Amino acid sequence: MKEKPDVLQGTLALMVLKTLDVMGPQHGWGIARRIEQISGDLLAVNQGTLYPLLLKLEQEGSIASGWGASENNRRARFYRLTGAGRKQLQAETREWEQTAAIIARFFKVKAEDLP
Amino acid sequence: MKSLRRFFTRLSNFAAGRRADQRLQEEIAEHLAFQTEENLRAGMSPAEAHRQAVLKLGATEAIRQDHHAEQSLPFIENLFFDLKYAVRMLLRSPGFALIAIATMALGVGATTAIYSVIDATLLRPLPYPNPGELVRIEANLPGVGAHDIGVSIPELRDLQNSGIFQYASLSFFGTNNLTGSTQPTSIASKSVSPSYFAVVGVDAQLGRTFDPHDATPGFNNEVVISDGLWKSAFGADPHILGKTLRLDNDPAQVVGVLPASFRDQGQTSKERSTDLWAACGFFGDPAPPPMRSTRLPFETIARLQPGISPKAAQGRLDALVASLKKEYPADYPSKGAWTLHLTPLAETLVGNVRQSLILLFGAVGLVLLISCVNVANLLLARASARGREIAVRQALGAQRGRLIRQFLTEILLLFVLGGIAGFAILFFTRKFLLELIPESLPRLNDISINWGVLAFALAVSVIAGLVFGLAPAWFMSRSDVIGTLRQEGRGSSGSRERSRARQILVVSELALSLVLMVAAGLLLRSFWDLFKVQPGFNPTRVVAVENSLPNPNDPKTDVYRTATQEGVLLREILRRNRTIPGVEEAAVSDQAAVPLGHSQNDRDMLPLVLEGQDVQSSQPPLIDTLIVSPEYFHVLGMTLLRGRLFVDQDLEDTPSVAVINQAAARTYWPNQDPVGKRARLDRRKPVWTAIVGVIADARTESLADAGIPQVYLDIYQRPAKFLAFYLRGQVDPAAISAQVRTQIQSVDPELPVYRAETLDDVLSSSLSVRRFSMQMVAAFAATALLLAALGIYGTISYLVNEQRREFAIRLALGAQRGQILKMVLRRGLVLAAVGAVLGVAGALIVSHLMAGLLFGVSPNDLLTFVAVSVVLTLVALAASCIPALRAMRLDPITMLHTE
Repeated sequence: MKEKPDVLQGTLALMVLKTLDVMGPQHGWGIARRIEQISGDLLAVNQGTLYPLLLKLEQEGSIASGWGASENNRRARFYRLTGAGRKQLQAETREWEQTAAIIARFFKVKAEDLP
Repeated sequence: MKSLRRFFTRLSNFAAGRRADQRLQEEIAEHLAFQTEENLRAGMSPAEAHRQAVLKLGATEAIRQDHHAEQSLPFIENLFFDLKYAVRMLLRSPGFALIAIATMALGVGATTAIYSVIDATLLRPLPYPNPGELVRIEANLPGVGAHDIGVSIPELRDLQNSGIFQYASLSFFGTNNLTGSTQPTSIASKSVSPSYFAVVGVDAQLGRTFDPHDATPGFNNEVVISDGLWKSAFGADPHILGKTLRLDNDPAQVVGVLPASFRDQGQTSKERSTDLWAACGFFGDPAPPPMRSTRLPFETIARLQPGISPKAAQGRLDALVASLKKEYPADYPSKGAWTLHLTPLAETLVGNVRQSLILLFGAVGLVLLISCVNVANLLLARASARGREIAVRQALGAQRGRLIRQFLTEILLLFVLGGIAGFAILFFTRKFLLELIPESLPRLNDISINWGVLAFALAVSVIAGLVFGLAPAWFMSRSDVIGTLRQEGRGSSGSRERSRARQILVVSELALSLVLMVAAGLLLRSFWDLFKVQPGFNPTRVVAVENSLPNPNDPKTDVYRTATQEGVLLREILRRNRTIPGVEEAAVSDQAAVPLGHSQNDRDMLPLVLEGQDVQSSQPPLIDTLIVSPEYFHVLGMTLLRGRLFVDQDLEDTPSVAVINQAAARTYWPNQDPVGKRARLDRRKPVWTAIVGVIADARTESLADAGIPQVYLDIYQRPAKFLAFYLRGQVDPAAISAQVRTQIQSVDPELPVYRAETLDDVLSSSLSVRRFSMQMVAAFAATALLLAALGIYGTISYLVNEQRREFAIRLALGAQRGQILKMVLRRGLVLAAVGAVLGVAGALIVSHLMAGLLFGVSPNDLLTFVAVSVVLTLVALAASCIPALRAMRLDPITMLHTE
């Protein structure tokens, strides 16, 4: 069996932020499942690592949490993006796109393109 | 920035640590529930659904640990664990903890106490702006052995214009009679050149100080008063400015009141409590005309230009001296070798106390060292008792570094608790302790137990804990696990090393206490010799009462201007004083003649020109001059050796006569009979004074100094303004002041009477600083000896305990009990001998360093060294006796059974 790639360092936080941005307030399990779905099972998220990350993001003020009821009326902690988190997401998205664009350009370059 | 923020987050997490962890657990449980539900919906069996959910989540415990390590401060957390553990360990053996803490409290408390004195006297800068710029300038004539001769007005101007100083000033401390209030009082006052306050750098709280550029030749009749005088004599009158006071009958106008916080600089406490400052130019009436050679015996202080160090200033001053000598060769004869010497003002104010204080600090430092060694010794003893605990912990996987940290925490806790206890004791007994300090100590009022002192106490405890804790911690952590566990704690291996360490500690303790005891012994002998010294006068049953006559600037207002005028007053006062019940004899002198009753700088020094000596080419020597009435010698019991004393026929209009002491005869008329010789003793009037008598040397200047040349003049020929009346007889010193006041004021109600003291008290307080340092060092030495005895007792007990099996076997094999006793005692003796040898070597160094504080005893005094070594050995033997007896009484049967 081929190894699934690990989540790149730091990208998990970006995924969490983006998920909350798109889906609105969400509980931990929901976030984990969503990341799994979107990555199309290509990414092996060790779901447990999500929670320390959520705590950390909350301490840093990017997300906030509060109690709420889930779809099937289970009491759960819901996370939502704060203003600071939204700004952080924008900044990090930009950075990520830049990095991706640079890498992409490197891949496009062929030998004859070089002067 | 980011890392700082993370640190604070971690710090707050550390406080809220449990909550975050709980939340993490809750969320994980929640997640598992969601996932299990989902798996159930997918058709799994409940058990399988849960298993899959757990698998998918990953290792929860590892996540929790990681999270914890990431989010908190493991170092501080461990420290807390260690502290908690340390407190538990201390509580488990309260006896040990109490002894260790008490020992440290003693060491740190005593050190901190002496530090607080040194802080106030030596370390704290003077309470004036930029105190580092303040210097005192001293003019010397090393060629003729004259020191601090003062500067003349042209010289002062040269200093002022030299560019080295911002301002230079002359000041002259004295007392003035302030009249007009209910009771005439004598107040401490200073005549200062107008630049004085610019030098000191103080401004008035009300009105102004003097204009530093004021050019009035004599007194400009402006005075500035202290806040204290303003409040006590004038009821803090807000309209005081412009009011006129009468000072020695001179009118003086108040122009300013200084702030309450201001205390004047000066070497005596009297001078520091100056209440009034009068501006004087010192170059016109009543001062002599400003000739370059007319030196005023006053104090010169100056403020350096900013940025010039005292050393650089001295260099420039030397250059100035050289150029002045070239310019005015007549005023600076080469024989005198005139120099100007500059000293930071702060140093001159502490004077000779510095050496005593440094000695005390050294002594107390040794006590601290000994207490640290003692505690380290106790800790080593504990290390063997805890050998098993340590081995078990190591067996369970504790790392060495972790163990060392744990022990060090324990030790530091002990030391810091000791330090805090010492500080607390010091803080609560500070009133009582301050009483012990002699009043003559400079800046006594500045001594306080403040935050700086607390910081010092803590720093000392922590540093001592680190230095003396590392070795025991290292030894404690070094045990052979298997050996110790197998021996069932019968004594751990590695104990040989430990016992060697303990022996080294005990030897150093003994050596250090020997050093202290030698220092104390030498001081004690010096003090005893001083106390027993024949002062050459008899102070018993004599009371001195101080009084002063007005000394107005305008001679016409002085009713006691001439010796004849003053003589009438003095004879009447003396006559009345003899009628006071109990008084047998009475005499009067100027205040400089009160034996031992004044500091050196109050001495009245006059140039002595011998008849037949070339006045122009040489600088005359200065001689200590005392002005006395004829009865003085008899009242004080001084012996006449040749010639005669003063008689009633010596008056203003009869030839001037003088009595000298033996030292003066030896110094100035060597191998001649001075009686009948003549000399000139005045700066202004060229009057020849005939020597009529020689008296035996009396130690009236200093008990430690036998041969200071002195000359006595007759008060009925040379009037003096600052007087002391001596009454011999059965008088009550408490009541005498009022009785004398009544008598004096019935003659002249405007004369103040301000201090009455028995000469015995004067003599005793002249020894106060010596007595204080002797007592302190003796107390420290006793403490050191006690601690050393405890140390040797502990070590020998420990050795006996280690060897009890061996002793039991020896006894079982037929050894005599006496032999066992001897064996153990020999151990103690060897330790004591090694300690004594090292201690004697150290003591020799220390005793030579403190030679300046000794009197009449050599720093190598054999008696002291032998006596102290014997005492130390005896104490060490006595302390080893108890464990030795215990070893001797061992019952071999029980002993070998239990092991």
